[in-house]
Amino acid sequence: MSKKIATREAYGKTLARLGAVNPDIVVLDADLSKSTKTADFAAEFPDRFFDMGVAEQNMLGTAAGLAAAGKIPFASSFAVFATGRAFEQIRNSIAYPVLNVKIAASHAGISVGEDGASHQSVEDISLMRTLPNMTVIVPADAVETEKAVESAVEIKGPVYLRLGRLGLPVLFDENYRFEVGKAVTLREGSDVTIIACGLMTGQALEAADALGGEGISARVINMHTIKPIDRNVIIKAALETGAVVTAEEHSIIGGLGSAVAEVLVQSEPVPQEMVGVRDTFGESGPPAELLQKYGLTAGDIAAAAKRALGRKKEIK
Amino acid sequence: MDSSILQDLEVKACNMRQNIVRMLGEAGSGHPGGSLSAADIVAALFFKEMKLDPEKPDWPERDRFVLSKGHAAPVLYAALAEKGFFPLYELLTLRKTGSRLQGHPSMKHLPGVEMSTGSLGQGLSVANGMAIAGKLDKRNYRVYVLLGDGEIQEGQVWEAAMAAAHYKLDNLVAFLDHNGLQIDGPVSQVMSPEPVADKWRAFGWHVEEIDGHNMKEITDVLTRAREIKGKPVMVVARTVKGKGVSFMENQVGWHGNAPRAEQTDQALAELGGKADE
Repeated sequence: MSKKIATREAYGKTLARLGAVNPDIVVLDADLSKSTKTADFAAEFPDRFFDMGVAEQNMLGTAAGLAAAGKIPFASSFAVFATGRAFEQIRNSIAYPVLNVKIAASHAGISVGEDGASHQSVEDISLMRTLPNMTVIVPADAVETEKAVESAVEIKGPVYLRLGRLGLPVLFDENYRFEVGKAVTLREGSDVTIIACGLMTGQALEAADALGGEGISARVINMHTIKPIDRNVIIKAALETGAVVTAEEHSIIGGLGSAVAEVLVQSEPVPQEMVGVRDTFGESGPPAELLQKYGLTAGDIAAAAKRALGRKKEIK
Repeated sequence: MDSSILQDLEVKACNMRQNIVRMLGEAGSGHPGGSLSAADIVAALFFKEMKLDPEKPDWPERDRFVLSKGHAAPVLYAALAEKGFFPLYELLTLRKTGSRLQGHPSMKHLPGVEMSTGSLGQGLSVANGMAIAGKLDKRNYRVYVLLGDGEIQEGQVWEAAMAAAHYKLDNLVAFLDHNGLQIDGPVSQVMSPEPVADKWRAFGWHVEEIDGHNMKEITDVLTRAREIKGKPVMVVARTVKGKGVSFMENQVGWHGNAPRAEQTDQALAELGGKADE
């Protein structure tokens, strides 16, 4: 498919649509509504939209109070500020009291591009998944984002939705089945399993194509929910393919790769390679160049798959 | 106002002070100073001002009280128990494993606790959210929040102060328990927030200054607050840390230390109560 849609765009449209059917939905933003796309909701429902100014800590606390009074608040900013600056507000005022706040943060990952490292969150999955009671979802395309937002409304408790700035290919059609906590096997394979999330899911499919051309059968799993993670699908993949690659536009410390490793080492340890940002900050540049420079392409995934395969053979 | 109402409130506050001392003596740790300084304000709120139903702690029309200075949990627990949200004897489980009375208030543990607090500076934002929801739903409930004077050193408080005025939250009343002491010493020496009243005025609030231990002034200011439209109300209440227990009054060391057995007995004697009541 040629048309590219950013997950943040799908978020804004879905929010505006759901606002019409669910009067309890309220939306807060911290002076970034045009970028996070909550402006779509604000245009339709100005009375239920609250710009909190450049003050993320207060925004998350206010969202907690709205949730305590029965509302379903979506609070949006860039991922760095929503999860980083307001981390302790999320911990103590939202996650600990299990309040029904949805933190939908855009501009995650280095595909933010030219704004550079200060605005490129590669830590947010790690921060959010360490919190008890928090559900963490990383949609891979516009369709999945729409379904994730709908699911977030249904969940009674805090949810973190990780969204991106960059336009992405649409991978799924309207019949795509999305269930929080249930990973989706996009392609069967027997030699190695690629587990990906966010924009890396599209790259994983390309990598599987390339590997197939070399006679390597790669399974591709879209792990849209990082927490609670789908243990069964990971263990099954380890048993059936014997090698795993994780791919995320996030630090390899604490993100999807870590979450998968935590499952594997406690169940079916197999060789695992991690594709992700390698304990470094990003920088300014066009998104495509940055993804290449920081090793976040289909080619990087394919190379990692071969390394994992090699280690599997050594073990045998 | 009928003087017997004020006397009843003073009795409630005294009962609460006795229970604060009892539960802290039993717990062996906790924060007496800021619990005792806030007792009169909290008594006026729970036993005169606020619409509450202990049988229906989730009643949508109830007034809300957020204890932003969460370390003063004992004063909140004393009020909730006195009001009938849970049995008085449960106060003696404070800070013990498995207790609903956590060291800092937890709304998931205990009915009547409107918000889990303890990390300073977060309660006003939450109260704002409750006040906004009340206006959205066209409910008449009011939101009360109690802040400490050390607590307002947190930047988030001023983000929230700005927002409450911006959104014209006239269903919100904040109290500043201005007892002048924080853990490291006098607030004025650690990091002065003065001029406190002017700061809140500059942030767009209607500000009142009262004696936080004078029940008539507390109840009068709450009545006046109902008439203020278009602005949130901040009541700067001058208080004495450790109020009611001679050896604790104005002593910074009693911010976060529980009384030993003989100190508990002496404190209760001063407050006109007995240890085993």
